[in-house]
Amino acid sequence: MTDDIPTATFSAENLACVRGERVVFAQMDFRLSSGEAVLLLGPNGSGKSSLLRLLAGLLKPASGHLLWDGTPVLDDREAHAARIHYVGHHDAIKPVLSVLENLRFWARLHDPKSGDATAQAALETMGLWRLAEVPGKLLSAGQKRRLNLARLLAAPAPVWLLDEPTVALDRASVKVLEGVMAEHRAAGGMVVLSTHADVDLPGAREMHLDDYTPAPMDVSEVWI
Amino acid sequence: MSRMIEIVRRDLRLALRQGSDSVMVVTFFVLTVVLFPFGIGPEANILERTSAGVLWVTALLASMLSLDRLFQADYEDGSLELLALTPTALEVLVLGKVAAHWLTTGLPLMVAAPVLAVLLHMNADGFGTLLLTMLLGTPTLSLIGAMGAALVLGARRGGVLLSLLVLPLYVPVLIFGVGAIDAAVQGLPSQAHLLILGGMLLASLALTPWAAAAALRQALE
Repeated sequence: MTDDIPTATFSAENLACVRGERVVFAQMDFRLSSGEAVLLLGPNGSGKSSLLRLLAGLLKPASGHLLWDGTPVLDDREAHAARIHYVGHHDAIKPVLSVLENLRFWARLHDPKSGDATAQAALETMGLWRLAEVPGKLLSAGQKRRLNLARLLAAPAPVWLLDEPTVALDRASVKVLEGVMAEHRAAGGMVVLSTHADVDLPGAREMHLDDYTPAPMDVSEVWI
Repeated sequence: MSRMIEIVRRDLRLALRQGSDSVMVVTFFVLTVVLFPFGIGPEANILERTSAGVLWVTALLASMLSLDRLFQADYEDGSLELLALTPTALEVLVLGKVAAHWLTTGLPLMVAAPVLAVLLHMNADGFGTLLLTMLLGTPTLSLIGAMGAALVLGARRGGVLLSLLVLPLYVPVLIFGVGAIDAAVQGLPSQAHLLILGGMLLASLALTPWAAAAALRQALE
C-alpha cells in the first residue's frame, strides 16, 4: 500500500512548546529519516501529545523550526499536510455514516484519487471489512480506533504521527498495527508514536520527553 | 475543488440521516410567521405593509438557529483536526461546509417564503423580488454566520454569544432585502437594492472564509 516513498528527512531544531503560561518542553532537536521510527515516552503532561500536534502542524512552536529536507514546514502547510497522517485521541467517526463511508471520506479528502479498492484493503487489514456497512454509532471503542487507523492505509503518506494508538485495542489488533508499521517503515515511511503500553517497534529511537522539561513541574497544574 | 465537493456531500448525507436541522429551521420559520397575524391582527393592509419585514426578520432568526452546530459536531469528535490537516486550504473546506449549510437551511427557507408571503397578503408584484433577495441574502447569512460559529467554538453558551455576534452583522442584509421587496411592491425599480445585496454576497464570499478558517485554527490550538 505504501509503495516506494522517496527518501527524506524530517527534523526539528531547538523546538520549544508553550501551553498556557507553562513551557512544556524546550531545546528539543530531533531527526527522522525514511524507514526510522521514534517512540515518545514520558509521564502524563510531559508533552507527548503536544509534540505530535506540533509535528502535524496543528500547533505552532514557541521557538525553533520544523524542517523537511531542510525546508521549513510551515512555509507550505498544504504540502506538509499531504505528507502526514495524524491519529489523535478522537476517532473522528460520524455515528450515522457507515464504516466504509467514514473511511472513504477521509481517504478522498487526503487523496482525491484514492479508490474503493484501497479502502477495502485497509478495512480488511484492520479486520473491519465485514462491518463495512455498519453505522459508526454501533462500533465499540476498539473498532472505532481500528477504523481511525485504517485511514493510514487507505491514503498513503510518508509520516505517521500516532498519539497513543493502542488505547482500546485488543492484543491481536496491536499485533496488526505493529505489522502495518513495520511494512510502512520497510517501504521508507516514518513513524512517530507515543505510548504508555508495550508496542513492538524494532530499532525505534526512544525519546524521553521529561528530559526536555525545563523546570520541575507541579503535576496538578498540567493541562494539555 | 473535489475536496470541497466531498465535504458538501458528506454534510448533506449527515443532514439527511440525522433527521436534520432543515425541518426544524423551516418549521420555526413557518410557525413564527404564522404568529404575526395573531399578534398584529388579520387586517390585510397592515399585514401587507409589514409582510416583507416579517418574512426577512423571521428568515434571519431561523437561519441562525442551526448555526452553532455548524462546526461544533466536527470539533467535538476530532473531525475538525483532521480537516485542518487536509492537504488543501482550510478556507476551501469552510466554503464547502457553508455551502452544505445553505443547501440545508437557506434553500428550504427560500422555498417556504413565497407560500408564507401569500399568507401575509403580500402584493404579487413582490414575489419575484422576494425570491431574488432570498437567493442573494441567505447565502450571505450562512457565510457571516460561519464566521461567528467558528469564533464561538469551544465557548460555553456559544449559541447565545453567537447571536450577539452575528445579528448586528445581519442588519445590512435585512435593510436591503426588505428595501428591494418594498420597492418592487410599490412599482419602483429594485435593481439598486439587489445589486447591493449581490455585492454583500460577493464580499462575504471573499472575506468570511478567511476569518472563519483563522478562528478555527485558533480553536484547535
